[in-house]
Amino acid sequence: MQRQPATKVSQQKADIFAGLQADILRLQGFKTVQNTVLDSGLGPLKYAFPNATFPLGAMHEFVSAKPEETAATLGFLSGLLNILMGSNGAVLWISPSRMLFPPALKSFGLNPDRFIFIDVQKEKDALWVLDEALKCSALTAVVGELPNMSFTHSRRLQLAVEESQVTGFLLRNQPRAIGTTACISRWYISPLPSTNEDDNLPGIGFPKWHVHLQRIRNGKPGAWDIQWKDGRFAPVYQPVFTIQQTQQQAG
Amino acid sequence: MARRYVSIWFRYLTTDWFTLHQPQLKTFPFVLRTSEHGRMIITAANALAEQQGITRGMVLADARAMIPSLQVSDDKPDLANKLLNRLAEWCIRFTPVVATDPPDGLILDVTGCPHLWGGDIPYLQSIITRLHTRGYHVHAAMADTIGTAWGTARFGNSIVIERSKHIDALMHLPPQALRLEPEVIERLHKLGLHQVRQFIRMPRTSLRRRFGNHFMMRLAQALGQQDEQLHPIEIPEPYHERLPCLEPIATAPGIAIALQQLLEKLCTRLQQEQKGLRKAIFKCYRVDGKTEQVNIGTHLPSYHIEHLFRLFELKLSTIEPALGIELFILEAPVVEDHFPQQEAMWQGVGGLEDVRLAELIDRFANKIGIQAIHRYLPDEHYWPERSFKEATSLQEKPTTVWLDNPRPLQLLRIPERIDVTALIPDYPPMLFRYKGKIVNIVKADGPERIEQEWWLQQGQHRDYYRVEDAAGNRYWIFRLGHYDEKVYQWFIHGFFA
Repeated sequence: MQRQPATKVSQQKADIFAGLQADILRLQGFKTVQNTVLDSGLGPLKYAFPNATFPLGAMHEFVSAKPEETAATLGFLSGLLNILMGSNGAVLWISPSRMLFPPALKSFGLNPDRFIFIDVQKEKDALWVLDEALKCSALTAVVGELPNMSFTHSRRLQLAVEESQVTGFLLRNQPRAIGTTACISRWYISPLPSTNEDDNLPGIGFPKWHVHLQRIRNGKPGAWDIQWKDGRFAPVYQPVFTIQQTQQQAG
Repeated sequence: MARRYVSIWFRYLTTDWFTLHQPQLKTFPFVLRTSEHGRMIITAANALAEQQGITRGMVLADARAMIPSLQVSDDKPDLANKLLNRLAEWCIRFTPVVATDPPDGLILDVTGCPHLWGGDIPYLQSIITRLHTRGYHVHAAMADTIGTAWGTARFGNSIVIERSKHIDALMHLPPQALRLEPEVIERLHKLGLHQVRQFIRMPRTSLRRRFGNHFMMRLAQALGQQDEQLHPIEIPEPYHERLPCLEPIATAPGIAIALQQLLEKLCTRLQQEQKGLRKAIFKCYRVDGKTEQVNIGTHLPSYHIEHLFRLFELKLSTIEPALGIELFILEAPVVEDHFPQQEAMWQGVGGLEDVRLAELIDRFANKIGIQAIHRYLPDEHYWPERSFKEATSLQEKPTTVWLDNPRPLQLLRIPERIDVTALIPDYPPMLFRYKGKIVNIVKADGPERIEQEWWLQQGQHRDYYRVEDAAGNRYWIFRLGHYDEKVYQWFIHGFFA
């Protein structure tokens, strides 16, 4: 019997592992979506997602505590929507107290007239609107600014998107309690000091955020720095400090 | 198609109404009175009173002298008209075209309706019986012309005049049956012309000379030689469907089934004519004479049954059937051209042109109101609050481009006052205090001066700065007014991403 070279064996093993991992994801109900466009801009962030693809047709949750953080969250979200929408998308924006300034979306390459805003005061109505909107496959994405969301409601929404393959974004600004939700991910975005091409220029540079992906189903949570530059995401690579180094710095 | 009309005469309209409300009056001679020139005049008398010789226009004192047991009530002004209108609305269940015929009658255009009740006689019998059970004395007649029906109802014996027999029916009627002026009638009687047949064959020219144009017109109308306009109390929509029910319907599933059937009929018709409805009204006529209705509106013309049904479904629960609903009507007052080829082109594409999105927006508009839904287009203003305007439809295209100036994603509805420390005039501030928190500014851009549009609003200009603190929080702040004029204020207006 002829022995195979060691490298070839390991290659085969890796293939088997990859195949098995894909099988596990499939069994766990994760549907593969081809959205290579979205991943191209996200850089190292995309390896956090299952199959290294940003999960569409799911609910994502963004939590912010301060107006500054909300603005940063909206910036990151606008970046995502820019890639999602393409030239012919439509987004529904549901909010009880809307502060979003539509013309500002233009600076993230979005067309503000492709957004439909629904201002509902009552939480009950807002949930109904969100549920109905998520069932409509003509929409690219649905954004709901609802600070408080119970597990039952979030589960309803998640079930709705699984059928329609619409991507839902839940913005929770100063929630009473974080709680558990059925959303597949939870993000915290906070602003970082902006940088220019080189730091010598005066004034404000490209918007830059610290993205903390606290929870992601079937993926690997993590934290990254990212900035919005020339109409696309640009990951910021920084020297990674190990625990010992930080301790040394501190003490 | 030859037309058919029914004239209904309520002989004791107002006294019947009083009797309905005070049943004890039924057994007494009863009149209504009103004061005129300081005297009490009788305006209406019931059947018992009329039998004993009391007529309209008599002085009340004379009538009292004739019948000591006479019951008297005050007449209500305009009661007859109100009653007629209410009865006319109730009669819509028999035909869509119902007109009032003051002072005491109704005229129904029943063309094409009687066969639904199994013929002319059962149809008219049904109208008479049902009005009678409501407590009214009714005389009615059906004929080819309004004039003949009117005359036969009041002066004739038969109730249905067969098709094209209306001239024969007129022959034996008195001249009053032609709806003439009182002096003309008097003159006719004076001349010994007591029946229509005595003068109908006379030469037209001599008739016109003696009795005037009005007489000729009425005669021609009764004979069907001249058209007569009806003024229906409700003009039927060109696109409408009716569903009369054998038994009154009082349950929610029953109403839903009725709606479904009407929608199917209406939408099939719209589809054949390549039309779509923009507005629809679902009316329910109840047994007790009241009408319940729900309205819907759509964003795009539509004949999609399922979608329209879902729109109505949100509101069906507001219909109160009470004792039951006898008649359902679905009307489409606003209808527009609708070409399915266009729809197919956008099917499944997604985006604003997709029909599914329009249908979704329709559902929101009908449930939470159209005022909650906004879409914005760019407007040619630099002033931030005016830089966009409301779009009127989903498909409206922008007339100008969105400006790509740095603008904050979060904008405060009303700018908030801040306390600012600025070292050098016209320079970005060094720090500001907002909601009790001090923000030290590290980086800044600006100023971007935005002037007031004097033709819209008077006031000071704004000098906007984009500022960033050490933690990376980015703000949009502005100074209202010139620095050197000493009357300026600082505001925060938004948060940048």
